[in-house]
Amino acid sequence: MATLPSEKKPITLDTFLRGVWEENPVFVMLLGLCPALAVTNSAVNAIGMGGATIFVLLGSSALVSLLRNVIPKQVRIASYIVIIATFVTIVDYAIHALSLELYGALGAFIQLIVVNCVILGRAESFASKHRITKSLVNALGVGVGFTFALLCVGSVREILGAGTLFGLPLFGESFQPWVVMVLPPGGFFVTGGWLLVFAWWKERKQRKLVEREEALHAAG
Amino acid sequence: MQPDSLWFIFLSAFLVNNFVLAYFLGLCPFLGVSGKLDTAWNMGLATTFVMFVSSLCAYGINLLLVEYHLEFLRLISYIAVIASAVQLVEMTVKKLSPTLFRALGIYLPLITTNCAILGLALFQTMRNYSFFQSLVFSIGAGAGFTLALMLMAGLRTRMDLADVPSVSRGAAMSFMLAGLLSLTFMGFAGLGAH
Repeated sequence: MATLPSEKKPITLDTFLRGVWEENPVFVMLLGLCPALAVTNSAVNAIGMGGATIFVLLGSSALVSLLRNVIPKQVRIASYIVIIATFVTIVDYAIHALSLELYGALGAFIQLIVVNCVILGRAESFASKHRITKSLVNALGVGVGFTFALLCVGSVREILGAGTLFGLPLFGESFQPWVVMVLPPGGFFVTGGWLLVFAWWKERKQRKLVEREEALHAAG
Repeated sequence: MQPDSLWFIFLSAFLVNNFVLAYFLGLCPFLGVSGKLDTAWNMGLATTFVMFVSSLCAYGINLLLVEYHLEFLRLISYIAVIASAVQLVEMTVKKLSPTLFRALGIYLPLITTNCAILGLALFQTMRNYSFFQSLVFSIGAGAGFTLALMLMAGLRTRMDLADVPSVSRGAAMSFMLAGLLSLTFMGFAGLGAH
Protein backbone atom coordinates (compact mmCIF):
# COMPACT_ATOMS: atom_id res chain seq x y z
CA MET A 1 0.00 0.00 0.00
CA ALA A 2 1.39 3.39 -0.95
CA THR A 3 1.75 5.94 1.79
CA LEU A 4 -1.16 8.29 1.87
CA PRO A 5 -0.43 12.00 1.58
CA SER A 6 -2.02 12.63 4.94
CA GLU A 7 0.68 10.55 6.59
CA LYS A 8 3.30 13.09 5.62
CA LYS A 9 1.64 15.97 7.41
CA PRO A 10 3.47 16.78 10.63
CA ILE A 11 1.89 16.26 14.02
CA THR A 12 0.58 19.57 15.25
CA LEU A 13 -1.11 20.64 18.41
CA ASP A 14 -4.31 20.49 16.40
CA THR A 15 -4.02 16.70 16.07
CA PHE A 16 -4.43 16.56 19.83
CA LEU A 17 -6.74 19.50 20.53
CA ARG A 18 -9.27 18.71 17.82
CA GLY A 19 -10.47 15.68 19.72
CA VAL A 20 -10.59 17.52 23.04
CA TRP A 21 -12.65 20.51 22.02
CA GLU A 22 -13.76 21.04 18.43
CA GLU A 23 -14.69 17.42 17.81
CA ASN A 24 -15.43 16.46 21.38
CA PRO A 25 -16.79 12.90 21.10
CA VAL A 26 -19.69 13.34 23.51
CA PHE A 27 -20.82 16.95 23.24
CA VAL A 28 -20.20 17.58 19.57
CA MET A 29 -20.20 14.18 17.84
CA LEU A 30 -22.76 12.56 20.18
CA LEU A 31 -20.74 9.34 20.30
CA GLY A 32 -20.22 7.03 23.24
CA LEU A 33 -23.29 8.30 25.04
CA CYS A 34 -24.10 5.10 26.90
CA PRO A 35 -21.06 5.13 29.21
CA ALA A 36 -21.19 8.93 29.37
CA LEU A 37 -24.57 8.75 31.06
CA ALA A 38 -24.56 5.41 32.79
CA VAL A 39 -21.56 5.68 35.10
CA THR A 40 -21.33 9.42 35.66
CA ASN A 41 -23.21 9.64 38.93
CA SER A 42 -19.99 10.74 40.62
CA ALA A 43 -16.80 12.46 39.52
CA VAL A 44 -14.63 9.53 40.63
CA ASN A 45 -16.59 7.08 38.48
CA ALA A 46 -16.31 9.48 35.55
CA ILE A 47 -12.51 9.60 35.91
CA GLY A 48 -12.31 5.81 36.25
CA MET A 49 -14.37 5.25 33.14
CA GLY A 50 -12.43 7.92 31.25
CA GLY A 51 -9.11 6.37 32.24
CA ALA A 52 -10.21 2.91 31.14
CA THR A 53 -11.42 4.30 27.82
CA ILE A 54 -8.16 6.21 27.26
CA PHE A 55 -6.17 3.03 27.83
CA VAL A 56 -8.27 1.05 25.37
CA LEU A 57 -8.16 3.89 22.84
CA LEU A 58 -4.36 4.16 23.02
CA GLY A 59 -3.79 0.41 22.90
CA SER A 60 -6.18 -0.28 20.05
CA SER A 61 -5.06 2.76 18.03
CA ALA A 62 -1.42 1.72 18.34
CA LEU A 63 -2.11 -1.86 17.30
CA VAL A 64 -4.46 -0.95 14.47
CA SER A 65 -1.96 1.59 13.19
CA LEU A 66 0.89 -0.93 13.31
CA LEU A 67 -1.16 -3.60 11.57
CA ARG A 68 -2.82 -1.30 9.04
CA ASN A 69 -0.90 -2.73 6.10
CA VAL A 70 -1.40 -6.34 7.20
CA ILE A 71 -5.15 -6.44 7.85
CA PRO A 72 -7.12 -7.17 4.66
CA LYS A 73 -9.74 -4.54 3.92
CA GLN A 74 -12.68 -6.98 3.90
CA VAL A 75 -12.23 -8.17 7.47
CA ARG A 76 -10.96 -4.95 8.99
CA ILE A 77 -13.97 -4.16 11.19
CA ALA A 78 -13.98 -7.66 12.67
CA SER A 79 -10.23 -7.43 13.31
CA TYR A 80 -10.60 -4.03 14.97
CA ILE A 81 -13.30 -5.39 17.25
CA VAL A 82 -11.13 -8.33 18.29
CA ILE A 83 -8.23 -5.95 19.02
CA ILE A 84 -10.49 -3.64 21.03
CA ALA A 85 -12.05 -6.56 22.92
CA THR A 86 -8.57 -7.77 23.89
CA PHE A 87 -7.66 -4.44 25.44
CA VAL A 88 -11.02 -4.18 27.17
CA THR A 89 -10.50 -7.60 28.72
CA ILE A 90 -7.10 -6.41 30.02
CA VAL A 91 -8.67 -3.28 31.53
CA ASP A 92 -11.52 -5.30 33.02
CA TYR A 93 -9.17 -7.67 34.82
CA ALA A 94 -6.83 -4.83 35.84
CA ILE A 95 -9.60 -2.78 37.47
CA HIS A 96 -10.95 -5.91 39.13
CA ALA A 97 -7.50 -6.49 40.66
CA LEU A 98 -6.71 -2.88 41.57
CA SER A 99 -9.93 -1.46 42.95
CA LEU A 100 -12.87 -3.63 43.82
CA GLU A 101 -14.88 -0.56 44.76
CA LEU A 102 -14.54 1.03 41.34
CA TYR A 103 -15.19 -2.34 39.70
CA GLY A 104 -18.44 -2.63 41.60
CA ALA A 105 -19.50 0.90 40.64
CA LEU A 106 -18.73 0.53 36.94
CA GLY A 107 -19.99 -3.05 36.71
CA ALA A 108 -20.74 -4.37 33.25
CA PHE A 109 -19.98 -0.98 31.73
CA ILE A 110 -16.24 -1.69 31.69
CA GLN A 111 -16.87 -4.61 29.35
CA LEU A 112 -19.28 -2.49 27.35
CA ILE A 113 -16.36 -0.24 26.34
CA VAL A 114 -16.07 -2.70 23.45
CA VAL A 115 -19.17 -1.29 21.80
CA ASN A 116 -18.24 2.33 22.51
CA CYS A 117 -18.44 3.84 19.03
CA VAL A 118 -15.73 6.42 19.87
CA ILE A 119 -13.07 3.70 19.86
CA LEU A 120 -14.17 1.90 16.71
CA GLY A 121 -14.58 5.29 15.06
CA ARG A 122 -10.96 6.23 15.85
CA ALA A 123 -9.67 2.87 14.62
CA GLU A 124 -11.61 3.08 11.36
CA SER A 125 -11.25 6.74 10.51
CA PHE A 126 -7.83 7.63 11.90
CA ALA A 127 -5.55 4.84 13.13
CA SER A 128 -6.02 2.72 9.99
CA LYS A 129 -4.70 5.58 7.84
CA HIS A 130 -1.92 7.14 9.91
CA ARG A 131 1.44 6.34 11.48
CA ILE A 132 1.61 5.13 15.04
CA THR A 133 2.82 8.34 16.75
CA LYS A 134 0.19 10.46 15.04
CA SER A 135 -2.53 7.92 15.83
CA LEU A 136 -1.45 7.87 19.46
CA VAL A 137 -1.55 11.66 19.75
CA ASN A 138 -4.97 11.76 18.14
CA ALA A 139 -6.29 8.93 20.29
CA LEU A 140 -5.00 10.66 23.42
CA GLY A 141 -6.78 13.86 22.38
CA VAL A 142 -10.08 12.10 21.83
CA GLY A 143 -9.64 10.16 25.07
CA VAL A 144 -8.97 13.34 27.03
CA GLY A 145 -11.99 14.96 25.39
CA PHE A 146 -14.14 11.99 26.33
CA THR A 147 -12.90 12.08 29.94
CA PHE A 148 -13.46 15.83 30.05
CA ALA A 149 -17.07 15.37 28.94
CA LEU A 150 -17.62 12.58 31.46
CA LEU A 151 -16.13 14.74 34.19
CA CYS A 152 -18.40 17.67 33.22
CA VAL A 153 -21.50 15.49 33.52
CA GLY A 154 -20.25 13.55 36.54
CA SER A 155 -19.24 16.53 38.66
CA VAL A 156 -22.50 18.41 38.06
CA ARG A 157 -24.50 15.31 38.94
CA GLU A 158 -22.47 14.69 42.07
CA ILE A 159 -22.64 18.31 43.25
CA LEU A 160 -26.38 18.58 42.76
CA GLY A 161 -27.32 15.04 43.69
CA ALA A 162 -25.11 14.41 46.70
CA GLY A 163 -23.65 17.82 47.59
CA THR A 164 -20.11 16.49 47.27
CA LEU A 165 -17.27 16.60 44.74
CA PHE A 166 -14.80 13.70 44.63
CA GLY A 167 -16.44 12.62 47.90
CA LEU A 168 -15.69 15.89 49.70
CA PRO A 169 -18.74 17.70 51.09
CA LEU A 170 -19.20 21.14 49.53
CA PHE A 171 -22.17 22.56 51.38
CA GLY A 172 -23.17 22.82 55.02
CA GLU A 173 -25.33 20.45 56.98
CA SER A 174 -28.55 22.05 55.80
CA PHE A 175 -28.03 21.04 52.15
CA GLN A 176 -30.86 18.92 50.80
CA PRO A 177 -29.45 16.64 48.09
CA TRP A 178 -31.32 16.70 44.80
CA VAL A 179 -31.38 12.92 44.65
CA VAL A 180 -32.92 12.61 41.20
CA MET A 181 -29.67 13.96 39.72
CA VAL A 182 -27.69 10.85 40.65
CA LEU A 183 -30.53 8.64 39.40
CA PRO A 184 -30.98 7.85 35.68
CA PRO A 185 -33.20 10.89 34.79
CA GLY A 186 -30.49 13.22 36.11
CA GLY A 187 -28.06 11.79 33.56
CA PHE A 188 -30.37 12.79 30.73
CA PHE A 189 -31.08 16.24 32.19
CA VAL A 190 -27.45 17.15 32.89
CA THR A 191 -26.22 15.91 29.50
CA GLY A 192 -29.07 17.80 27.84
CA GLY A 193 -28.02 20.91 29.76
CA TRP A 194 -24.41 20.61 28.63
CA LEU A 195 -25.55 20.09 25.03
CA LEU A 196 -27.55 23.30 25.33
CA VAL A 197 -24.45 25.15 26.55
CA PHE A 198 -22.42 23.82 23.64
CA ALA A 199 -25.15 24.63 21.10
CA TRP A 200 -25.42 28.17 22.48
CA TRP A 201 -21.66 28.64 22.33
CA LYS A 202 -21.54 27.39 18.73
CA GLU A 203 -24.39 29.65 17.67
CA ARG A 204 -22.78 32.67 19.30
CA LYS A 205 -19.50 31.99 17.52
CA GLN A 206 -21.26 31.71 14.19
CA ARG A 207 -23.20 34.92 14.75
CA LYS A 208 -20.00 36.80 15.60
CA LEU A 209 -18.38 35.50 12.42
CA VAL A 210 -21.30 36.71 10.32
CA GLU A 211 -21.29 40.10 12.05
CA ARG A 212 -17.57 40.55 11.44
CA GLU A 213 -17.98 39.71 7.77
CA GLU A 214 -20.82 42.16 7.42
CA ALA A 215 -18.74 44.87 9.11
CA LEU A 216 -15.86 44.17 6.72
CA HIS A 217 -18.26 44.34 3.81
CA ALA A 218 -19.66 47.66 4.95
CA ALA A 219 -16.17 49.10 5.48
CA GLY A 220 -14.89 47.85 2.12
CA MET B 1 -43.11 -12.40 43.80
CA GLN B 2 -39.94 -14.48 43.84
CA PRO B 3 -37.00 -12.46 42.44
CA ASP B 4 -36.07 -15.32 40.14
CA SER B 5 -39.56 -16.05 38.85
CA LEU B 6 -40.00 -15.66 35.10
CA TRP B 7 -42.75 -13.05 35.41
CA PHE B 8 -40.62 -10.93 37.73
CA ILE B 9 -37.65 -11.06 35.35
CA PHE B 10 -39.86 -10.03 32.44
CA LEU B 11 -41.46 -7.13 34.31
CA SER B 12 -38.15 -5.94 35.67
CA ALA B 13 -36.50 -5.85 32.24
CA PHE B 14 -39.63 -4.41 30.60
CA LEU B 15 -40.51 -1.56 32.96
CA VAL B 16 -38.57 -1.20 36.21
CA ASN B 17 -35.05 -1.55 34.85
CA ASN B 18 -35.81 -0.50 31.30
CA PHE B 19 -32.65 -0.91 29.24
CA VAL B 20 -32.79 2.53 27.69
CA LEU B 21 -34.24 4.64 30.45
CA ALA B 22 -32.59 3.09 33.50
CA TYR B 23 -29.37 1.51 32.17
CA PHE B 24 -28.69 3.90 29.27
CA LEU B 25 -28.08 1.02 26.90
CA GLY B 26 -28.80 1.45 23.21
CA LEU B 27 -28.94 5.23 23.30
CA CYS B 28 -27.65 5.65 19.76
CA PRO B 29 -30.66 4.00 18.06
CA PHE B 30 -32.91 5.49 20.73
CA LEU B 31 -31.93 9.00 19.63
CA GLY B 32 -31.27 8.10 16.01
CA VAL B 33 -34.38 6.33 14.81
CA SER B 34 -37.03 7.71 17.13
CA GLY B 35 -38.14 10.31 14.60
CA LYS B 36 -41.16 8.43 13.25
CA LEU B 37 -43.52 5.93 14.84
CA ASP B 38 -43.36 3.23 12.16
CA THR B 39 -39.55 3.20 11.93
CA ALA B 40 -39.45 3.07 15.72
CA TRP B 41 -41.75 0.04 15.70
CA ASN B 42 -39.67 -1.80 13.08
CA MET B 43 -36.45 -1.01 14.87
CA GLY B 44 -37.90 -2.22 18.16
CA LEU B 45 -39.08 -5.44 16.55
CA ALA B 46 -35.70 -6.07 14.94
CA THR B 47 -33.89 -5.38 18.19
CA THR B 48 -36.12 -7.73 20.16
CA PHE B 49 -35.43 -10.41 17.57
CA VAL B 50 -31.66 -9.91 17.70
CA MET B 51 -31.77 -9.87 21.50
CA PHE B 52 -33.57 -13.22 21.51
CA VAL B 53 -31.03 -14.79 19.14
CA SER B 54 -28.00 -13.38 20.94
CA SER B 55 -29.36 -14.39 24.33
CA LEU B 56 -29.57 -17.98 23.06
CA CYS B 57 -26.04 -17.79 21.66
CA ALA B 58 -24.59 -16.20 24.77
CA TYR B 59 -26.10 -18.89 26.95
CA GLY B 60 -24.55 -21.61 24.80
CA ILE B 61 -21.12 -20.00 24.62
CA ASN B 62 -21.04 -19.40 28.33
CA LEU B 63 -21.69 -23.08 29.02
CA LEU B 64 -18.78 -23.99 26.76
CA LEU B 65 -16.42 -21.39 28.22
CA VAL B 66 -17.15 -22.42 31.80
CA GLU B 67 -16.69 -26.07 30.86
CA TYR B 68 -13.18 -25.41 29.52
CA HIS B 69 -12.26 -22.64 32.05
CA LEU B 70 -11.87 -20.00 29.38
CA GLU B 71 -13.89 -17.23 31.01
CA PHE B 72 -11.39 -14.56 30.00
CA LEU B 73 -12.39 -15.11 26.37
CA ARG B 74 -16.02 -14.31 27.16
CA LEU B 75 -16.08 -10.80 25.73
CA ILE B 76 -14.33 -11.62 22.47
CA SER B 77 -16.37 -14.74 21.83
CA TYR B 78 -19.68 -13.03 22.67
CA ILE B 79 -19.06 -10.27 20.18
CA ALA B 80 -17.81 -12.56 17.44
CA VAL B 81 -20.57 -15.13 17.82
CA ILE B 82 -23.40 -12.62 18.18
CA ALA B 83 -22.25 -10.71 15.11
CA SER B 84 -22.02 -13.83 12.98
CA ALA B 85 -25.30 -15.25 14.29
CA VAL B 86 -27.11 -12.07 13.34
CA GLN B 87 -25.53 -12.18 9.90
CA LEU B 88 -26.70 -15.77 9.51
CA VAL B 89 -30.22 -14.93 10.65
CA GLU B 90 -30.28 -12.01 8.26
CA MET B 91 -29.42 -14.26 5.31
CA THR B 92 -32.01 -16.83 6.36
CA VAL B 93 -34.75 -14.24 6.72
CA LYS B 94 -33.84 -12.78 3.34
CA LYS B 95 -34.23 -16.20 1.74
CA LEU B 96 -37.38 -17.32 3.57
CA SER B 97 -39.43 -14.19 4.01
CA PRO B 98 -38.64 -11.18 1.82
CA THR B 99 -41.49 -9.19 3.42
CA LEU B 100 -40.06 -9.57 6.89
CA PHE B 101 -36.61 -8.79 5.53
CA ARG B 102 -37.86 -5.55 3.99
CA ALA B 103 -39.27 -4.51 7.36
CA LEU B 104 -36.24 -5.44 9.47
CA GLY B 105 -33.43 -5.67 6.89
CA ILE B 106 -31.63 -2.36 7.14
CA TYR B 107 -31.75 -2.35 10.91
CA LEU B 108 -30.22 -5.76 11.54
CA PRO B 109 -26.55 -4.96 10.85
CA LEU B 110 -26.89 -1.69 12.78
CA ILE B 111 -28.19 -3.49 15.82
CA THR B 112 -25.31 -5.92 16.13
CA THR B 113 -23.01 -3.27 17.53
CA ASN B 114 -25.74 -1.84 19.75
CA CYS B 115 -24.61 -1.89 23.36
CA ALA B 116 -28.02 -3.13 24.51
CA ILE B 117 -27.34 -6.48 22.84
CA LEU B 118 -23.96 -7.05 24.45
CA GLY B 119 -25.26 -5.61 27.71
CA LEU B 120 -28.08 -8.16 27.74
CA ALA B 121 -25.62 -11.01 27.20
CA LEU B 122 -23.32 -9.74 29.95
CA PHE B 123 -26.13 -9.15 32.43
CA GLN B 124 -27.64 -12.60 31.98
CA THR B 125 -24.21 -14.15 32.56
CA MET B 126 -23.54 -12.00 35.62
CA ARG B 127 -26.87 -12.88 37.17
CA ASN B 128 -26.48 -16.60 36.42
CA TYR B 129 -29.84 -16.88 34.67
CA SER B 130 -31.01 -20.33 33.64
CA PHE B 131 -31.94 -21.08 30.03
CA PHE B 132 -35.60 -20.05 30.31
CA GLN B 133 -34.80 -17.08 32.52
CA SER B 134 -32.39 -15.82 29.85
CA LEU B 135 -35.01 -16.14 27.14
CA VAL B 136 -37.65 -14.33 29.17
CA PHE B 137 -35.11 -11.67 30.11
CA SER B 138 -34.27 -11.07 26.45
CA ILE B 139 -37.94 -10.77 25.46
CA GLY B 140 -38.63 -8.38 28.34
CA ALA B 141 -35.64 -6.23 27.49
CA GLY B 142 -36.62 -6.14 23.82
CA ALA B 143 -40.22 -5.22 24.64
CA GLY B 144 -38.98 -2.50 27.00
CA PHE B 145 -36.68 -1.13 24.30
CA THR B 146 -39.57 -1.06 21.81
CA LEU B 147 -41.83 0.67 24.32
CA ALA B 148 -39.25 3.36 25.12
CA LEU B 149 -38.52 3.90 21.43
CA MET B 150 -42.19 4.27 20.51
CA LEU B 151 -42.97 6.61 23.40
CA MET B 152 -40.01 8.73 22.40
CA ALA B 153 -41.11 8.76 18.76
CA GLY B 154 -44.58 9.92 19.79
CA LEU B 155 -43.13 12.69 21.94
CA ARG B 156 -40.77 13.83 19.24
CA THR B 157 -43.48 14.04 16.56
CA ARG B 158 -45.39 16.36 18.87
CA MET B 159 -42.23 18.27 19.73
CA ASP B 160 -41.54 19.06 16.07
CA LEU B 161 -44.61 21.30 16.07
CA ALA B 162 -43.66 23.12 19.25
CA ASP B 163 -42.08 26.55 19.19
CA VAL B 164 -38.79 26.24 21.07
CA PRO B 165 -35.64 28.42 20.99
CA SER B 166 -33.38 27.52 18.08
CA VAL B 167 -30.51 26.54 20.41
CA SER B 168 -32.50 23.76 22.04
CA ARG B 169 -33.66 22.13 18.81
CA GLY B 170 -32.23 18.68 18.11
CA ALA B 171 -30.11 16.68 20.52
CA ALA B 172 -30.53 18.86 23.61
CA MET B 173 -34.32 18.72 23.39
CA SER B 174 -34.28 14.94 22.85
CA PHE B 175 -32.23 14.52 25.99
CA MET B 176 -34.63 16.61 28.05
CA LEU B 177 -37.55 14.55 26.72
CA ALA B 178 -35.70 11.33 27.51
CA GLY B 179 -35.07 12.65 31.01
CA LEU B 180 -38.78 13.25 31.56
CA LEU B 181 -39.57 9.79 30.17
CA SER B 182 -36.99 8.26 32.48
CA LEU B 183 -38.51 10.15 35.40
CA THR B 184 -41.92 8.65 34.63
CA PHE B 185 -40.45 5.17 34.40
CA MET B 186 -38.98 5.61 37.86
CA GLY B 187 -42.55 5.43 39.07
CA PHE B 188 -42.43 1.71 38.32
CA ALA B 189 -39.64 1.20 40.86
CA GLY B 190 -40.78 -1.12 43.61
CA LEU B 191 -43.23 -2.90 41.34
CA GLY B 192 -43.40 -6.57 42.28
CA ALA B 193 -41.36 -6.12 45.45
CA HIS B 194 -43.01 -6.73 48.76
